[in-house]
Amino acid sequence: MLAFENVSLNYGSFRALDEVSLHANEGELVVLLGANGAGKSSIFLAASGLQKACAGSIRYGDCQLVGMKPSRIVEQGVVQCPEGRKLFPGMSVMKNLMLGAYVHRRDKTGNRKRLDEVMALFPVLEHKQNDPAGSLSGGQQQMVAIGRALMGRPKVLLLDEPSLGLAPLVVKQVFEVISQINRAGTTVLLAEQNAFAALKIAHRAYVLERGRIVLEGDRDSLMSNEAIRKAYIGT
Amino acid sequence: MMRLNAKLGWIMLLVLGLVFPFLAGNDYHLTVMSTAYIYVLATLGLNLVTGYTGQYNLAHAGFMAVGAYTVGILTVDYQVPFWIAFVLAGPVAALLGFFIGIVSLRLKGHYFSIFTLCVGYILFLVIEKWESLTHGTVGIIGIPAPSPIGPLTFDSPRALYYLVFFFLVVGLWVMHRIVSSLLGRTFMAIRNGDDLAESLGINLMRNKLLAFMLSVFYAGLAGGLYAGFVRFLGPGIAGVEHTFDMTMYMLVGGIGTLLGPVLGGLTVPWITQTLQWLQEYRFLVFGPILVLLVIFVPHGIVGSFIAWRARKAAQPHGSGHA
Repeated sequence: MLAFENVSLNYGSFRALDEVSLHANEGELVVLLGANGAGKSSIFLAASGLQKACAGSIRYGDCQLVGMKPSRIVEQGVVQCPEGRKLFPGMSVMKNLMLGAYVHRRDKTGNRKRLDEVMALFPVLEHKQNDPAGSLSGGQQQMVAIGRALMGRPKVLLLDEPSLGLAPLVVKQVFEVISQINRAGTTVLLAEQNAFAALKIAHRAYVLERGRIVLEGDRDSLMSNEAIRKAYIGT
Repeated sequence: MMRLNAKLGWIMLLVLGLVFPFLAGNDYHLTVMSTAYIYVLATLGLNLVTGYTGQYNLAHAGFMAVGAYTVGILTVDYQVPFWIAFVLAGPVAALLGFFIGIVSLRLKGHYFSIFTLCVGYILFLVIEKWESLTHGTVGIIGIPAPSPIGPLTFDSPRALYYLVFFFLVVGLWVMHRIVSSLLGRTFMAIRNGDDLAESLGINLMRNKLLAFMLSVFYAGLAGGLYAGFVRFLGPGIAGVEHTFDMTMYMLVGGIGTLLGPVLGGLTVPWITQTLQWLQEYRFLVFGPILVLLVIFVPHGIVGSFIAWRARKAAQPHGSGHA
Protein backbone atom coordinates (compact mmCIF):
# COMPACT_ATOMS: atom_id res chain seq x y z
CA MET A 1 0.00 0.00 0.00
CA LEU A 2 0.93 3.64 -0.49
CA ALA A 3 1.14 5.88 2.56
CA PHE A 4 1.96 9.58 2.94
CA GLU A 5 3.03 10.64 6.41
CA ASN A 6 3.21 14.36 7.20
CA VAL A 7 4.44 15.19 3.73
CA SER A 8 5.27 18.82 2.96
CA LEU A 9 6.25 20.23 -0.39
CA ASN A 10 7.38 23.74 -1.24
CA TYR A 11 7.71 25.58 -4.54
CA GLY A 12 10.13 28.29 -3.51
CA SER A 13 8.40 30.02 -0.62
CA PHE A 14 4.98 28.68 -1.60
CA ARG A 15 3.86 25.75 0.52
CA ALA A 16 1.96 23.41 -1.81
CA LEU A 17 1.55 20.54 0.65
CA ASP A 18 1.40 21.05 4.38
CA GLU A 19 1.93 17.90 6.46
CA VAL A 20 -0.33 15.74 4.34
CA SER A 21 -1.03 12.22 5.59
CA LEU A 22 -3.03 9.82 3.51
CA HIS A 23 -2.97 6.24 2.40
CA ALA A 24 -4.39 3.89 -0.19
CA ASN A 25 -4.73 0.23 0.72
CA GLU A 26 -4.12 -2.49 -1.80
CA GLY A 27 -7.02 -2.73 -4.25
CA GLU A 28 -8.62 0.51 -3.12
CA LEU A 29 -9.82 3.36 -5.29
CA VAL A 30 -9.10 6.54 -3.39
CA VAL A 31 -10.21 9.95 -4.65
CA LEU A 32 -8.54 13.28 -3.96
CA LEU A 33 -10.99 16.15 -4.16
CA GLY A 34 -10.20 19.82 -4.18
CA ALA A 35 -10.26 23.02 -6.17
CA ASN A 36 -7.47 24.14 -8.51
CA GLY A 37 -4.30 24.69 -6.55
CA ALA A 38 -5.49 22.70 -3.55
CA GLY A 39 -2.50 20.39 -3.88
CA LYS A 40 -3.86 17.36 -5.72
CA SER A 41 -1.25 17.42 -8.45
CA SER A 42 1.49 18.14 -5.90
CA ILE A 43 0.62 14.89 -4.14
CA PHE A 44 1.17 13.06 -7.42
CA LEU A 45 4.37 14.90 -8.20
CA ALA A 46 5.70 14.01 -4.77
CA ALA A 47 4.66 10.36 -5.10
CA SER A 48 6.22 10.00 -8.54
CA GLY A 49 9.43 11.73 -7.45
CA LEU A 50 9.15 14.60 -9.92
CA GLN A 51 9.09 17.00 -6.96
CA LYS A 52 10.98 16.18 -3.82
CA ALA A 53 9.01 16.39 -0.60
CA CYS A 54 10.86 18.59 1.87
CA ALA A 55 9.53 16.79 4.91
CA GLY A 56 7.70 13.61 5.79
CA SER A 57 7.77 10.17 4.24
CA ILE A 58 6.05 8.46 1.36
CA ARG A 59 6.15 4.72 1.77
CA TYR A 60 5.17 2.14 -0.77
CA GLY A 61 5.40 -1.35 0.70
CA ASP A 62 8.91 -1.46 2.13
CA CYS A 63 10.24 1.36 -0.07
CA GLN A 64 10.76 4.96 0.87
CA LEU A 65 9.80 6.93 -2.25
CA VAL A 66 11.11 10.31 -1.05
CA GLY A 67 14.49 10.82 -2.67
CA MET A 68 14.08 7.90 -5.06
CA LYS A 69 14.60 8.61 -8.77
CA PRO A 70 11.37 8.92 -10.78
CA SER A 71 12.42 6.09 -13.08
CA ARG A 72 13.00 3.79 -10.08
CA ILE A 73 9.59 4.66 -8.68
CA VAL A 74 7.97 3.61 -11.96
CA GLU A 75 9.93 0.36 -11.78
CA GLN A 76 8.45 -0.21 -8.31
CA GLY A 77 4.97 -0.08 -9.86
CA VAL A 78 3.85 3.42 -8.93
CA VAL A 79 2.87 4.93 -12.28
CA GLN A 80 1.50 8.36 -12.98
CA CYS A 81 -0.88 9.40 -15.73
CA PRO A 82 -0.24 13.14 -15.85
CA GLU A 83 -2.83 15.90 -16.02
CA GLY A 84 -3.75 17.17 -19.47
CA ARG A 85 -2.97 13.84 -21.18
CA LYS A 86 0.47 14.89 -22.44
CA LEU A 87 0.77 12.44 -25.31
CA PHE A 88 3.43 12.53 -27.99
CA PRO A 89 1.17 14.01 -30.67
CA GLY A 90 3.31 13.16 -33.71
CA MET A 91 3.80 9.54 -32.72
CA SER A 92 1.27 6.84 -33.53
CA VAL A 93 -1.09 5.57 -30.84
CA MET A 94 0.83 2.29 -30.78
CA LYS A 95 4.18 4.00 -30.24
CA ASN A 96 2.70 6.11 -27.46
CA LEU A 97 1.43 2.99 -25.75
CA MET A 98 4.72 1.16 -26.15
CA LEU A 99 6.63 4.05 -24.58
CA GLY A 100 4.52 3.41 -21.51
CA ALA A 101 6.06 -0.06 -21.35
CA TYR A 102 9.53 1.49 -21.26
CA VAL A 103 10.59 -0.05 -17.94
CA HIS A 104 9.52 -3.50 -19.18
CA ARG A 105 11.13 -3.06 -22.61
CA ARG A 106 12.98 -6.36 -22.43
CA ASP A 107 9.85 -8.41 -21.69
CA LYS A 108 8.38 -8.51 -25.19
CA THR A 109 5.84 -11.29 -24.55
CA GLY A 110 4.61 -9.63 -21.36
CA ASN A 111 4.16 -6.37 -23.23
CA ARG A 112 2.19 -8.02 -26.00
CA LYS A 113 -0.12 -9.61 -23.45
CA ARG A 114 -0.50 -6.29 -21.68
CA LEU A 115 -1.22 -4.54 -24.98
CA ASP A 116 -4.04 -6.99 -25.67
CA GLU A 117 -5.51 -6.18 -22.27
CA VAL A 118 -5.30 -2.44 -22.92
CA MET A 119 -6.90 -2.86 -26.34
CA ALA A 120 -9.69 -4.92 -24.76
CA LEU A 121 -10.26 -2.06 -22.32
CA PHE A 122 -10.29 0.55 -25.10
CA PRO A 123 -11.57 -1.23 -28.23
CA VAL A 124 -11.81 2.11 -30.06
CA LEU A 125 -8.00 2.35 -30.08
CA GLU A 126 -7.61 -0.92 -31.94
CA HIS A 127 -8.21 0.50 -35.40
CA LYS A 128 -6.63 3.86 -34.53
CA GLN A 129 -3.34 2.34 -33.53
CA ASN A 130 -1.40 3.68 -36.52
CA ASP A 131 -2.90 7.18 -36.40
CA PRO A 132 -0.87 9.99 -34.88
CA ALA A 133 -2.04 10.46 -31.31
CA GLY A 134 -2.55 14.17 -31.94
CA SER A 135 -5.30 13.45 -34.47
CA LEU A 136 -7.55 11.70 -31.93
CA SER A 137 -10.47 13.27 -30.08
CA GLY A 138 -10.01 14.42 -26.50
CA GLY A 139 -11.67 11.35 -25.05
CA GLN A 140 -9.63 8.99 -27.20
CA GLN A 141 -6.45 10.82 -26.24
CA GLN A 142 -7.33 10.35 -22.59
CA MET A 143 -7.78 6.65 -23.27
CA VAL A 144 -4.33 6.52 -24.86
CA ALA A 145 -2.90 8.34 -21.84
CA ILE A 146 -4.48 5.87 -19.42
CA GLY A 147 -3.49 2.98 -21.68
CA ARG A 148 0.08 4.23 -21.76
CA ALA A 149 0.18 4.33 -17.98
CA LEU A 150 -1.28 0.81 -17.85
CA MET A 151 1.49 -0.45 -20.14
CA GLY A 152 3.83 0.36 -17.26
CA ARG A 153 2.01 -2.39 -15.30
CA PRO A 154 1.16 -0.22 -12.30
CA LYS A 155 0.38 -1.68 -8.92
CA VAL A 156 -0.63 1.83 -7.92
CA LEU A 157 -2.03 4.04 -10.67
CA LEU A 158 -1.97 7.80 -10.11
CA LEU A 159 -4.60 9.48 -12.29
CA ASP A 160 -4.52 13.26 -12.40
CA GLU A 161 -7.84 14.77 -13.52
CA PRO A 162 -8.68 12.34 -16.32
CA SER A 163 -12.02 14.07 -16.95
CA LEU A 164 -10.45 17.46 -17.68
CA GLY A 165 -11.95 19.03 -20.79
CA LEU A 166 -14.03 16.01 -21.79
CA ALA A 167 -17.70 15.91 -22.75
CA PRO A 168 -20.02 14.53 -20.03
CA LEU A 169 -20.76 11.34 -21.91
CA VAL A 170 -17.08 10.67 -22.44
CA VAL A 171 -16.36 11.40 -18.77
CA LYS A 172 -18.82 8.67 -17.88
CA GLN A 173 -16.98 6.19 -20.14
CA VAL A 174 -13.61 7.13 -18.71
CA PHE A 175 -14.83 6.65 -15.14
CA GLU A 176 -16.33 3.28 -16.01
CA VAL A 177 -12.96 2.17 -17.32
CA ILE A 178 -11.17 3.46 -14.22
CA SER A 179 -13.57 1.49 -12.05
CA GLN A 180 -12.90 -1.56 -14.20
CA ILE A 181 -9.13 -1.15 -13.86
CA ASN A 182 -9.55 -0.94 -10.09
CA ARG A 183 -11.77 -4.00 -9.91
CA ALA A 184 -9.12 -5.93 -11.82
CA GLY A 185 -6.82 -5.36 -8.84
CA THR A 186 -4.95 -2.11 -9.44
CA THR A 187 -4.86 0.37 -6.60
CA VAL A 188 -5.99 3.74 -7.94
CA LEU A 189 -5.39 7.22 -6.60
CA LEU A 190 -7.63 9.57 -8.53
CA ALA A 191 -7.49 13.35 -8.37
CA GLU A 192 -10.70 14.98 -9.55
CA GLN A 193 -12.73 18.12 -9.55
CA ASN A 194 -15.68 16.20 -10.88
CA ALA A 195 -16.56 15.08 -7.35
CA PHE A 196 -19.86 13.36 -7.99
CA ALA A 197 -18.62 11.08 -10.76
CA ALA A 198 -15.44 10.31 -8.89
CA LEU A 199 -17.12 9.54 -5.56
CA LYS A 200 -19.52 7.15 -7.26
CA ILE A 201 -16.70 4.77 -8.12
CA ALA A 202 -14.50 5.45 -5.05
CA HIS A 203 -14.00 3.50 -1.86
CA ARG A 204 -12.70 6.43 0.10
CA ALA A 205 -11.81 10.06 -0.51
CA TYR A 206 -9.79 12.93 0.87
CA VAL A 207 -10.70 16.59 0.51
CA LEU A 208 -7.83 19.03 0.09
CA GLU A 209 -7.80 22.76 0.66
CA ARG A 210 -4.70 24.90 0.30
CA GLY A 211 -2.32 22.01 0.69
CA ARG A 212 -3.99 20.45 3.72
CA ILE A 213 -6.38 17.57 4.12
CA VAL A 214 -9.54 18.99 5.58
CA LEU A 215 -11.83 16.00 5.38
CA GLU A 216 -11.63 12.30 4.78
CA GLY A 217 -14.06 9.45 4.77
CA ASP A 218 -15.62 6.63 2.83
CA ARG A 219 -17.85 7.21 -0.16
CA ASP A 220 -21.18 7.20 1.59
CA SER A 221 -20.21 9.51 4.40
CA LEU A 222 -18.77 12.06 1.97
CA MET A 223 -21.66 11.78 -0.47
CA SER A 224 -24.06 12.63 2.34
CA ASN A 225 -21.85 15.36 3.83
CA GLU A 226 -23.63 18.70 3.50
CA ALA A 227 -20.47 20.77 3.03
CA ILE A 228 -19.22 18.46 0.30
CA ARG A 229 -22.54 18.50 -1.49
CA LYS A 230 -22.56 22.29 -1.46
CA ALA A 231 -18.93 22.83 -2.44
CA TYR A 232 -18.27 20.06 -4.95
CA ILE A 233 -21.44 18.39 -6.05
CA GLY A 234 -23.67 21.45 -6.24
CA THR A 235 -26.94 20.04 -4.98
CA MET B 1 1.92 4.03 -50.14
CA MET B 2 3.75 6.74 -48.26
CA ARG B 3 6.40 4.38 -46.96
CA LEU B 4 7.00 3.23 -50.53
CA ASN B 5 7.42 6.84 -51.65
CA ALA B 6 9.91 7.54 -48.89
CA LYS B 7 11.92 4.48 -49.84
CA LEU B 8 11.83 5.50 -53.48
CA GLY B 9 13.05 8.97 -52.57
CA TRP B 10 16.00 7.60 -50.62
CA ILE B 11 16.91 5.27 -53.48
CA MET B 12 16.79 8.20 -55.90
CA LEU B 13 19.09 10.20 -53.65
CA LEU B 14 21.44 7.22 -53.45
CA VAL B 15 21.54 6.88 -57.22
CA LEU B 16 22.06 10.63 -57.63
CA GLY B 17 24.95 10.44 -55.19
CA LEU B 18 26.48 7.52 -57.07
CA VAL B 19 26.30 9.15 -60.51
CA PHE B 20 27.22 12.66 -59.35
CA PRO B 21 30.96 12.27 -60.19
CA PHE B 22 29.97 11.56 -63.78
CA LEU B 23 27.74 14.63 -63.92
CA ALA B 24 30.13 16.96 -62.14
CA GLY B 25 31.97 19.27 -64.50
CA ASN B 26 35.28 19.24 -62.64
CA ASP B 27 37.16 18.14 -59.55
CA TYR B 28 36.25 21.35 -57.78
CA HIS B 29 32.60 20.33 -57.75
CA LEU B 30 33.56 16.94 -56.36
CA THR B 31 35.52 18.62 -53.60
CA VAL B 32 32.66 20.93 -52.68
CA MET B 33 30.26 17.99 -52.62
CA SER B 34 32.57 15.76 -50.56
CA THR B 35 33.11 18.53 -48.02
CA ALA B 36 29.34 19.01 -47.85
CA TYR B 37 28.89 15.27 -47.20
CA ILE B 38 31.39 15.39 -44.35
CA TYR B 39 29.48 18.23 -42.72
CA VAL B 40 26.16 16.47 -43.35
CA LEU B 41 27.54 13.45 -41.47
CA ALA B 42 28.45 15.69 -38.53
CA THR B 43 25.08 17.44 -38.75
CA LEU B 44 23.31 14.07 -38.51
CA GLY B 45 24.94 13.74 -35.10
CA LEU B 46 24.01 17.26 -34.05
CA ASN B 47 20.46 16.55 -35.16
CA LEU B 48 20.30 13.47 -32.91
CA VAL B 49 21.04 15.40 -29.73
CA THR B 50 19.39 18.69 -30.74
CA GLY B 51 16.61 17.71 -33.12
CA TYR B 52 15.54 14.41 -31.62
CA THR B 53 16.54 14.75 -27.97
CA GLY B 54 16.04 18.50 -27.60
CA GLN B 55 19.45 19.34 -26.10
CA TYR B 56 21.07 22.08 -28.16
CA ASN B 57 24.79 21.36 -28.19
CA LEU B 58 26.92 24.33 -29.29
CA ALA B 59 30.26 22.50 -29.01
CA HIS B 60 29.64 20.21 -31.94
CA ALA B 61 32.38 21.63 -34.16
CA GLY B 62 34.77 21.22 -31.22
CA PHE B 63 34.08 17.50 -31.15
CA MET B 64 34.50 17.30 -34.90
CA ALA B 65 37.89 18.95 -34.43
CA VAL B 66 38.76 16.39 -31.74
CA GLY B 67 38.10 13.59 -34.23
CA ALA B 68 40.08 15.37 -36.94
CA TYR B 69 43.04 16.09 -34.66
CA THR B 70 43.01 12.50 -33.41
CA VAL B 71 43.72 11.41 -36.97
CA GLY B 72 46.10 14.31 -37.68
CA ILE B 73 48.25 13.90 -34.57
CA LEU B 74 48.39 10.10 -34.67
CA THR B 75 49.30 9.86 -38.36
CA VAL B 76 51.74 12.77 -38.59
CA ASP B 77 53.46 12.74 -35.20
CA TYR B 78 53.22 9.07 -34.31
CA GLN B 79 53.18 7.49 -37.78
CA VAL B 80 50.07 5.49 -36.94
CA PRO B 81 48.51 4.03 -40.12
CA PHE B 82 45.61 6.16 -41.35
CA TRP B 83 42.84 3.61 -40.87
CA ILE B 84 43.83 2.78 -37.28
CA ALA B 85 43.83 6.48 -36.43
CA PHE B 86 40.55 6.90 -38.28
CA VAL B 87 38.86 4.12 -36.32
CA LEU B 88 39.84 5.94 -33.12
CA ALA B 89 38.39 9.33 -34.20
CA GLY B 90 34.78 8.56 -33.26
CA PRO B 91 35.52 6.78 -29.96
CA VAL B 92 37.91 9.53 -28.79
CA ALA B 93 35.24 12.16 -29.42
CA ALA B 94 32.62 9.99 -27.69
CA LEU B 95 34.90 9.43 -24.68
CA LEU B 96 35.45 13.16 -24.32
CA GLY B 97 31.70 13.54 -24.82
CA PHE B 98 31.12 11.22 -21.88
CA PHE B 99 33.06 13.43 -19.49
CA ILE B 100 31.71 16.71 -20.85
CA GLY B 101 28.18 15.32 -21.05
CA ILE B 102 28.16 14.06 -17.48
CA VAL B 103 28.81 17.62 -16.29
CA SER B 104 26.94 19.70 -18.87
CA LEU B 105 23.76 17.58 -19.09
CA ARG B 106 22.97 18.40 -15.47
CA LEU B 107 21.96 21.76 -16.87
CA LYS B 108 18.69 22.22 -18.68
CA GLY B 109 17.62 24.19 -21.74
CA HIS B 110 19.54 27.34 -22.52
CA TYR B 111 21.96 26.78 -19.65
CA PHE B 112 23.11 23.58 -21.31
CA SER B 113 23.62 25.44 -24.59
CA ILE B 114 25.58 28.23 -22.92
CA PHE B 115 27.74 25.68 -21.13
CA THR B 116 28.49 23.84 -24.37
CA LEU B 117 29.21 27.14 -26.11
CA CYS B 118 31.97 27.61 -23.53
CA VAL B 119 33.12 24.03 -23.99
CA GLY B 120 33.38 24.62 -27.73
CA TYR B 121 35.47 27.72 -27.19
CA ILE B 122 37.70 25.96 -24.68
CA LEU B 123 38.28 23.14 -27.18
CA PHE B 124 39.22 25.76 -29.77
CA LEU B 125 41.62 27.47 -27.34
CA VAL B 126 43.22 24.19 -26.29
CA ILE B 127 43.84 23.29 -29.92
CA GLU B 128 45.22 26.74 -30.66
CA LYS B 129 47.47 27.04 -27.60
CA TRP B 130 48.70 23.50 -26.92
CA GLU B 131 51.41 23.73 -29.54
CA SER B 132 53.42 20.68 -28.51
CA LEU B 133 50.40 18.47 -29.19
CA THR B 134 48.41 20.23 -31.88
CA HIS B 135 51.05 22.40 -33.63
CA GLY B 136 48.99 25.44 -32.58
CA THR B 137 48.11 28.01 -35.21
CA VAL B 138 50.61 26.50 -37.66
CA GLY B 139 48.30 23.54 -37.93
CA ILE B 140 49.01 19.97 -38.91
CA ILE B 141 50.39 19.64 -42.41
CA GLY B 142 50.95 16.53 -44.46
CA ILE B 143 48.27 14.19 -43.14
CA PRO B 144 48.50 11.07 -45.32
CA ALA B 145 45.62 10.25 -47.64
CA PRO B 146 43.56 7.22 -46.63
CA SER B 147 45.77 4.23 -47.44
CA PRO B 148 44.54 1.69 -50.02
CA ILE B 149 42.23 -1.09 -48.88
CA GLY B 150 42.98 -4.07 -51.11
CA PRO B 151 42.36 -2.92 -54.68
CA LEU B 152 40.67 0.32 -53.53
CA THR B 153 42.92 3.37 -53.61
CA PHE B 154 41.95 6.84 -52.45
CA ASP B 155 44.31 9.10 -54.35
CA SER B 156 41.88 10.81 -56.72
CA PRO B 157 39.08 13.27 -55.88
CA ARG B 158 36.61 10.81 -57.31
CA ALA B 159 37.79 7.93 -55.12
CA LEU B 160 37.72 10.20 -52.08
CA TYR B 161 34.22 11.32 -53.04
CA TYR B 162 33.03 7.72 -53.00
CA LEU B 163 34.78 7.05 -49.71
CA VAL B 164 33.05 10.00 -48.06
CA PHE B 165 29.76 9.07 -49.73
CA PHE B 166 30.07 5.53 -48.38
CA PHE B 167 30.42 6.77 -44.80
CA LEU B 168 27.51 9.17 -45.26
CA VAL B 169 25.26 6.36 -46.47
CA VAL B 170 26.30 4.09 -43.59
CA GLY B 171 25.86 7.00 -41.16
CA LEU B 172 22.38 7.67 -42.48
CA TRP B 173 21.38 4.03 -42.31
CA VAL B 174 22.60 3.67 -38.71
CA MET B 175 20.83 6.93 -37.78
CA HIS B 176 17.65 5.61 -39.36
CA ARG B 177 17.93 2.50 -37.21
CA ILE B 178 18.50 4.59 -34.09
CA VAL B 179 15.62 7.02 -34.54
CA SER B 180 13.08 4.39 -35.55
CA SER B 181 13.90 2.20 -32.54
CA LEU B 182 12.59 2.45 -28.99
CA LEU B 183 15.84 4.24 -28.15
CA GLY B 184 14.99 6.93 -30.70
CA ARG B 185 11.48 7.30 -29.29
CA THR B 186 13.01 7.51 -25.82
CA PHE B 187 15.07 10.47 -27.04
CA MET B 188 11.96 12.07 -28.54
CA ALA B 189 10.09 11.55 -25.27
CA ILE B 190 12.86 13.51 -23.54
CA ARG B 191 12.57 16.26 -26.14
CA ASN B 192 8.85 16.53 -25.30
CA GLY B 193 9.65 17.21 -21.69
CA ASP B 194 11.85 15.97 -18.87
CA ASP B 195 8.98 15.39 -16.45
CA LEU B 196 6.85 13.44 -18.88
CA ALA B 197 9.79 11.24 -19.86
CA GLU B 198 10.62 10.58 -16.23
CA SER B 199 7.04 9.71 -15.38
CA LEU B 200 7.28 6.97 -18.02
CA GLY B 201 10.25 5.53 -16.17
CA ILE B 202 12.93 6.89 -18.49
CA ASN B 203 16.27 7.50 -16.83
CA LEU B 204 16.95 11.04 -18.04
CA MET B 205 20.65 11.35 -17.40
CA ARG B 206 21.58 8.00 -18.87
CA ASN B 207 19.60 8.56 -22.06
CA LYS B 208 20.68 12.17 -22.55
CA LEU B 209 24.27 11.09 -22.07
CA LEU B 210 23.83 8.28 -24.58
CA ALA B 211 22.32 10.68 -27.14
CA PHE B 212 25.15 13.12 -26.54
CA MET B 213 27.85 10.47 -26.95
CA LEU B 214 26.28 9.03 -30.11
CA SER B 215 25.98 12.56 -31.44
CA VAL B 216 29.62 13.51 -30.88
CA PHE B 217 30.69 10.10 -32.18
CA TYR B 218 29.25 11.21 -35.51
CA ALA B 219 31.11 14.51 -35.16
CA GLY B 220 34.38 12.68 -34.44
CA LEU B 221 33.89 10.34 -37.38
CA ALA B 222 33.18 13.27 -39.68
CA GLY B 223 36.29 14.99 -38.30
CA GLY B 224 38.38 11.90 -39.06
CA LEU B 225 37.11 11.90 -42.64
CA TYR B 226 37.81 15.63 -42.87
CA ALA B 227 41.42 15.06 -41.83
CA GLY B 228 41.93 12.37 -44.46
CA PHE B 229 40.16 14.40 -47.12
CA VAL B 230 41.58 17.90 -46.63
CA ARG B 231 44.92 16.63 -45.22
CA PHE B 232 45.56 19.88 -43.40
CA LEU B 233 44.15 20.92 -40.04
CA GLY B 234 44.06 24.28 -38.29
CA PRO B 235 42.33 25.28 -35.05
CA GLY B 236 39.70 27.07 -37.14
CA ILE B 237 37.67 23.90 -37.67
CA ALA B 238 36.76 23.94 -33.97
CA GLY B 239 35.27 27.42 -34.36
CA VAL B 240 31.74 27.93 -33.18
CA GLU B 241 30.80 29.33 -36.61
CA HIS B 242 30.97 25.77 -37.92
CA THR B 243 28.48 24.69 -35.27
CA PHE B 244 26.23 27.52 -36.41
CA ASP B 245 26.66 26.40 -40.03
CA MET B 246 25.53 22.91 -39.05
CA THR B 247 22.64 24.38 -37.09
CA MET B 248 21.64 26.27 -40.21
CA TYR B 249 21.72 23.07 -42.30
CA MET B 250 19.48 21.47 -39.72
CA LEU B 251 17.03 24.40 -39.65
CA VAL B 252 16.86 24.83 -43.40
CA GLY B 253 16.43 21.12 -44.07
CA GLY B 254 14.16 20.31 -41.14
CA ILE B 255 15.19 19.77 -37.53
CA GLY B 256 14.37 16.41 -35.99
CA THR B 257 14.01 14.64 -39.34
CA LEU B 258 16.40 12.23 -41.01
CA LEU B 259 16.35 13.90 -44.40
CA GLY B 260 16.56 17.47 -43.06
CA PRO B 261 20.31 17.63 -42.40
CA VAL B 262 20.94 16.08 -45.82
CA LEU B 263 18.84 18.60 -47.73
CA GLY B 264 20.06 21.55 -45.67
CA GLY B 265 23.67 20.41 -45.73
CA LEU B 266 23.64 20.11 -49.52
CA THR B 267 21.60 23.17 -50.50
CA VAL B 268 23.12 25.75 -48.17
CA PRO B 269 26.77 25.18 -49.20
CA TRP B 270 25.81 25.33 -52.89
CA ILE B 271 23.95 28.59 -52.31
CA THR B 272 26.95 30.02 -50.44
CA GLN B 273 29.18 28.85 -53.29
CA THR B 274 27.10 30.70 -55.86
CA LEU B 275 27.14 33.80 -53.68
CA GLN B 276 30.96 33.67 -53.45
CA TRP B 277 31.27 36.77 -55.66
CA LEU B 278 29.62 38.81 -52.90
CA GLN B 279 32.54 37.82 -50.65
CA GLU B 280 31.85 38.49 -46.97
CA TYR B 281 28.86 40.63 -47.96
CA ARG B 282 27.01 37.45 -48.81
CA PHE B 283 26.13 37.13 -45.15
CA LEU B 284 24.13 40.35 -45.55
CA VAL B 285 21.94 38.37 -47.91
CA PHE B 286 22.14 35.15 -45.99
CA GLY B 287 21.40 36.51 -42.53
CA PRO B 288 18.00 37.99 -43.36
CA ILE B 289 17.06 34.88 -45.36
CA LEU B 290 17.81 32.78 -42.31
CA VAL B 291 15.79 35.06 -40.03
CA LEU B 292 12.81 34.89 -42.40
CA LEU B 293 13.17 31.14 -42.60
CA VAL B 294 13.13 30.68 -38.83
CA ILE B 295 10.05 32.90 -38.56
CA PHE B 296 8.02 31.55 -41.47
CA VAL B 297 9.35 28.02 -42.09
CA PRO B 298 10.45 26.97 -38.59
CA HIS B 299 10.34 23.28 -39.41
CA GLY B 300 12.46 23.55 -42.53
CA ILE B 301 11.88 21.96 -45.91
CA VAL B 302 11.09 18.48 -44.63
CA GLY B 303 9.02 19.61 -41.66
CA SER B 304 6.90 21.88 -43.85
CA PHE B 305 6.38 19.07 -46.32
CA ILE B 306 5.20 16.71 -43.56
CA ALA B 307 2.82 19.38 -42.22
CA TRP B 308 1.48 20.01 -45.73
CA ARG B 309 0.90 16.29 -46.25
CA ALA B 310 -0.85 15.98 -42.88
CA ARG B 311 -3.15 18.88 -43.82
CA LYS B 312 -3.91 17.23 -47.12
CA ALA B 313 -4.65 13.92 -45.45
CA ALA B 314 -6.97 15.64 -42.98
CA GLN B 315 -9.15 16.96 -45.79
CA PRO B 316 -12.35 14.96 -46.34
CA HIS B 317 -11.33 13.65 -49.75
CA GLY B 318 -7.73 13.02 -48.77
CA SER B 319 -6.29 9.59 -49.28
CA GLY B 320 -6.39 8.73 -45.56
CA HIS B 321 -3.53 8.79 -43.13
CA ALA B 322 0.13 8.69 -43.98
